[in-house]
Amino acid sequence: MTLLYTDVEDELRAAVRDLLADRCPPAAVLARVEGAPYDLGLWKTLARDIGVAGLLVPEEYGGAGASAREAAVVLEELGRAVTPVPFFTSSVLATHALLQVGAGELLRGVAEGDLTVALVVPFSASPYREAGGQVSATDGRLTGVVGAVAGADVADVLLVPVKGTLHAVPAAEATVEVAPSLDLTRPIATVTFAGSVAEPLGAVDVAETLRFGAGLLASEQLGVAEWCLETTLAYVKERYQFARPVGSFQAIKHRLADLWLDVVRARAAARGATDGAAMSAAVAQAWNAGVAVHVAEEAVQLHGGIGMTWEHPLHLFLKRAKSAEIALGTPGEHREALAALADLPGPA
Amino acid sequence: MDVVDRFLENAPGDRLEFLRARFDAGLAWVHFPVGLGGLGAPREMQQEVERALAHTPQLDTGVQAIGLGMAAPTILAFGTEEQKKRFLRPLWTGEEIWCQLFSEPGAGSDLATLATRAVRDGDEWVVDGQKVWTSGAHHARWAILVARTDPDVPKHRGMTYFICDMHAPGVDVRPLRQITGEAEFNEVFLTGVRLSDDLRLGEVGDGWRVAQTTLMNERVAIGGAPVRRGGGMIGLVADAWREHPELRTHDLHQRLLSLWVEAEVTRLSGVRLREQLAAGQPGPEGSGMKLSFAKLNQELTGFEVEFNRDLGYDDWAFRRSESVDFLGRDPGYRYLRAKGNSIEGGTSEILRNIIAERVLGLPSEPRVDKDVPWKDLPR
Repeated sequence: MTLLYTDVEDELRAAVRDLLADRCPPAAVLARVEGAPYDLGLWKTLARDIGVAGLLVPEEYGGAGASAREAAVVLEELGRAVTPVPFFTSSVLATHALLQVGAGELLRGVAEGDLTVALVVPFSASPYREAGGQVSATDGRLTGVVGAVAGADVADVLLVPVKGTLHAVPAAEATVEVAPSLDLTRPIATVTFAGSVAEPLGAVDVAETLRFGAGLLASEQLGVAEWCLETTLAYVKERYQFARPVGSFQAIKHRLADLWLDVVRARAAARGATDGAAMSAAVAQAWNAGVAVHVAEEAVQLHGGIGMTWEHPLHLFLKRAKSAEIALGTPGEHREALAALADLPGPA
Repeated sequence: MDVVDRFLENAPGDRLEFLRARFDAGLAWVHFPVGLGGLGAPREMQQEVERALAHTPQLDTGVQAIGLGMAAPTILAFGTEEQKKRFLRPLWTGEEIWCQLFSEPGAGSDLATLATRAVRDGDEWVVDGQKVWTSGAHHARWAILVARTDPDVPKHRGMTYFICDMHAPGVDVRPLRQITGEAEFNEVFLTGVRLSDDLRLGEVGDGWRVAQTTLMNERVAIGGAPVRRGGGMIGLVADAWREHPELRTHDLHQRLLSLWVEAEVTRLSGVRLREQLAAGQPGPEGSGMKLSFAKLNQELTGFEVEFNRDLGYDDWAFRRSESVDFLGRDPGYRYLRAKGNSIEGGTSEILRNIIAERVLGLPSEPRVDKDVPWKDLPR
């Protein structure tokens, strides 16, 4: 498997990037985050016209039958623009769960861009920790509360794992309450089921889905880090103090060189994680989550005063980076997992 | 592979004869031209050749590192046909060992300020000066040398690149003892050394540009060695960790896992870089590999000493090293040797400057020496 980008992947990237440059500049994202953060018009164009919604859906269900590599490239671009669309939550995470249970009809809806789905687990759930217990199923009806669910507020169908079985619940059957979230561009919601009608779809391995998501989230984190680095580079070249661009000072240059090196390695880790192996996902999350946060934090510092203002979009990236660091296992949890995966056991 | 199979059918048994035959068959470095140890083939084919010949006599990549990694690509890029024919074959087979006469006591990071003079005398050049930090000079038959040929122009413009005969009268190699206790490096004193003009590599005054080719390849050579997952320095540390459960602590465990992740993403970047190199020439990205490698090596070796809780040291006796060996001897030696990793082949500070200016396009610091003739610079 190559760690470079193929021509097909480059073409897909260009299509997504062109669309986002036109429809999703940082100022536009900033303008909408306090009202209705999700841009569902943009999502329809991405999902249907470019066809990203069905990338991971096999051709037999009307999807593109593409691999994690293509989805990863889309995630890089969405990360670069902190695009408020539910691609990751619907077309990656929830779709992976649907693929596990082979839910053909739902997959068809996802692939056509008609249906947005969400996996009802806390976005902070770790692949390495037994989750669940918040929802119970009795006679085809679900009861319980799940907090911090990402993508639920724009989902048509909620996918709820209960004791190893995935259930489909029409969104109208549940109460979805959006709470203020650290990440303004990917809100979280509390989902309440009170005897909601549910259709059992089959056995699901939630940990495996979370691990798959974690591996691909590394590509989104790469995109976030890339935007922060590039924007900061442009700024230090044009910002003059002491009659020089601040980017000509060695103290600044060396910090940026180190950040670049972190991002170079994040790109290799993100590409590596598209192989779907548990170790690759753990490595990529352990590295990229911290890199995205670090680059975003450095970007704020190197922008000086303007970086601390609401009017500059940088904070959207910092908030995305810090939230994504917690999502689907913290870097520490992924490192702990490597103790077993890489045969580096801890003290007795 | 057909070409390898055909070569092996009639390959000689003697090690040196085998290597000469391999060179002549174009299987030394397949991306080099036919007649110079190559087949003019894509670089990535080399990996297949290496796999197919893994069971045959191998090069001594430690002693030959400077020849293979630095002299050869420079000779290929800038040498005359005669120079390529004369030098590349014995360089590759290891019959002739190479060293590098670049750094001087007064010219380290600012290599372009070097003061070793080469003065033309008919068909010859007379060289006087002092070089330092010269690995393997005591084994070397030849050296790549940068010397000042015109002190009246600004520093970058007045240098010329030579191949130096290490057996010539006036070449004096003295060991330079390092913090490890041994002498892997040397000081080289050049006093009235006469080099014929056909040992010049590139045009007179073009030495800086020629040296850039060498330095880019050096950083790739130091930072880009192919390593399997969990190999290299992290492999040594991980093996020690697995063998000594009684020495493990929670703090060390957390740090080991972080280092393991960093080693792995650095390895993956190296794999990516080599995929890119397969298409073309090393660019400034190689500087990044060397920078990560230095930091990792230093952290890993420091970690290993702490993990072992060993207050001893294997041997302080002064000796000449046979070759450069980052992974050799005991953890204490490796810890001390790794300190050189952020100094040799461009300090980490210079590499950050290179990344910042050439990769990221950041402006350079104001330069006071840019338009001043070399002879008028303060030193």
